[in-house]
This record gives sequence, structure tokens and C-alpha cells, in this order.
Amino acid sequence: MINSRVFFQGLISLKGSKSPAIPLGACFIALGALLKDAGFNIQQSAASSLFTYALPGQLVMAESLLLGASVINIFIAVWLVNFRLYPMTVSLFPLLNHKSQPKWKYYLSCHFLAVSSWLIAKDSYKNINKRHRIDFWIGIGIGTWSTAILMTVLGYLAADYLNKDMLIGLAIVNPVYFFCMMIGAMQNLSMSLAVILGTVLGPIIYLFSSEWALLFAGLIAGTIAFLFGEKNGK
Amino acid sequence: MENSQIIILAIIATSLATFISRFMGALTSEKVSVKSKIFQWFNCVAYSTLAALLGRMIIFPAGVLAGSELIIRLVVMIACVALFVLTKKNLVIPTVFSAIFLSFLINF
Repeated sequence: MINSRVFFQGLISLKGSKSPAIPLGACFIALGALLKDAGFNIQQSAASSLFTYALPGQLVMAESLLLGASVINIFIAVWLVNFRLYPMTVSLFPLLNHKSQPKWKYYLSCHFLAVSSWLIAKDSYKNINKRHRIDFWIGIGIGTWSTAILMTVLGYLAADYLNKDMLIGLAIVNPVYFFCMMIGAMQNLSMSLAVILGTVLGPIIYLFSSEWALLFAGLIAGTIAFLFGEKNGK
Repeated sequence: MENSQIIILAIIATSLATFISRFMGALTSEKVSVKSKIFQWFNCVAYSTLAALLGRMIIFPAGVLAGSELIIRLVVMIACVALFVLTKKNLVIPTVFSAIFLSFLINF
């Protein structure tokens, strides 16, 4: 059903010089401590990472709860910040598609889609036979997902021992990791343009609309980069 | 409503709001060919959206990171990217260094 050799190949991408385990661990430890602060118990904290598994959305949820926002408002705010997962899925899953594979694998494993797993998969899918790529993805997903859940629990338990400076230190690791991976991905003109324009437009549009910033910045910067790439033959 | 019920509802709302985007992506992917232009466009938009999120996380951070100064975050980011390039794209060294360096700078 699942090719175990390829599955483990995906799973062990957790170690090595491109390991997402360190940044994932760092940010979910910080999240666990934050959730404890927001009044979650340990089961709720673990459930949040188990069922949501998308850090920016979980941060929005915790902060909205502290501000006393309604559940509907939380839903909309999270949907907007996590909408990035839609274009990310569409730019990854066609690469994993194979007609011999059952659809349920795709429908279930889309839950593993997060920035770290996506970057790893985009970086290494070419080394895997097209037929088994979805199993490779499931391996990456199980590895990163379980790391996130375990680290949330660890962060919750360690919350009393973590001071503010340590938490700030943990919180910077994730953006640094993402940024380095993105620079590694800037292999042609349109990709470089997409990354640079997005980085600049994101904070600028945020000044005008905090909720819609990601969506608009992504659409505008991505479309410009695409058109520019088309015109200049990449 | 009791506090713990609100938390459970919030977890459900957050998880649903997140899964919708992933699942819609999986459905759309069935109709998108890797060689098509629309795939290229989605690829650019995905990288741009991610970059926008990253830019926002550094300039206007949420959570504990907001407790540090912007200039310090920028210095750490630039130093780590330089380290990433110098170590021939090793990711472990710059990520570990970033936490230590930032903790050092905010207490300096």
C-alpha cells in the first residue's frame, strides 16, 4: 500500500544538514509555552498541533483568544493567514501525482502541508521515482508533524523554565530557517523575483490591511514574477 | 460559556479553517498539469505568499518575537543568511546560531 523504502527515505529527511527538525522544534516549543500562557491545558495544546499543524494560524488563534475574539472571528482570521496553504498545495501536489496511487493518500496527506515539509519536498522530489513520490511525501509529513506535536508538549511542560529571552531566541529560528531555504530556492529569475517582491510587499501591505496582507502581497508579487518570467523565458 | 469550551471551539475552528485550504489545494491539483502555465503561476504565488509571511514575521512579528527590537532582528537575519552562504548551504549552523546570537544581542 505504501512503499516503505521511499516512506523511510522521506522520514529520515528530518536529519542531515537541511534538517527541518531544529526550527520546527524551536518554534513549537515556543508555541507550547505560549498556549500554556493562554490558558490551554496539555491535551488541548497537543490537540491544537495535531489537528491544525500550522504555526501562524495557531499563533493567531492564541492571540485572538487572549483578546477575547469570537469563534467566527478566529475562523476568518486563521483562514486568511493560512490561505497560503492553498497555492502551496497546488504547487506541490501535481508533482506527486501518479495515476497508480489511490486518491485517499492525497486527501489525507494534504494535512501534512506546512512550510517546512513543503520546502523539503520541493527541494528533493526530483530524486524520487514519480510513482512513489506520494509515499515519500507521507514520510516527510509524518516526521515533521510528529516532531511538531511532541515539541508542543515539551514546550508546555518546560514553560516554567523558559524565560522571555529564551523564548525570543527560539522564535527567531523558524524565520531564519525559512529565509535560508527560500534563498536556496531562488534558482531562476522569476523565482528570485517572487521571493524578493513578496518579502518587500508583505510588510508594506500589512500597514494598510493586517488581515489581507498575505493574500494580496502573494497574488501581486507572484503574478508579476510569473509574467516577468514568461516574457524573459524564465 | 466555560473557558475550556471556548478553547475547544477555537481549536476546531482553527483546524477547519486550515484544512479547507489544504484540501481545496489537493482537489485543484488533480486538474493541474505540471507542464502547464497555471502551475508555474501557482508556484510563483506560493513562493511570494511565503516570502510575504516571512517579511511580515521579521518586520511586524506576532508573539514573543515582538519583544525584540527591529534592528536586532534584521542584524540576526543578515548574519544568518551570510552564514548559510558561507557554510555552503548548511542549515543547522545558521539556525542554531540565530537563537544564541539573538539572545546575546537583546541582553547586550
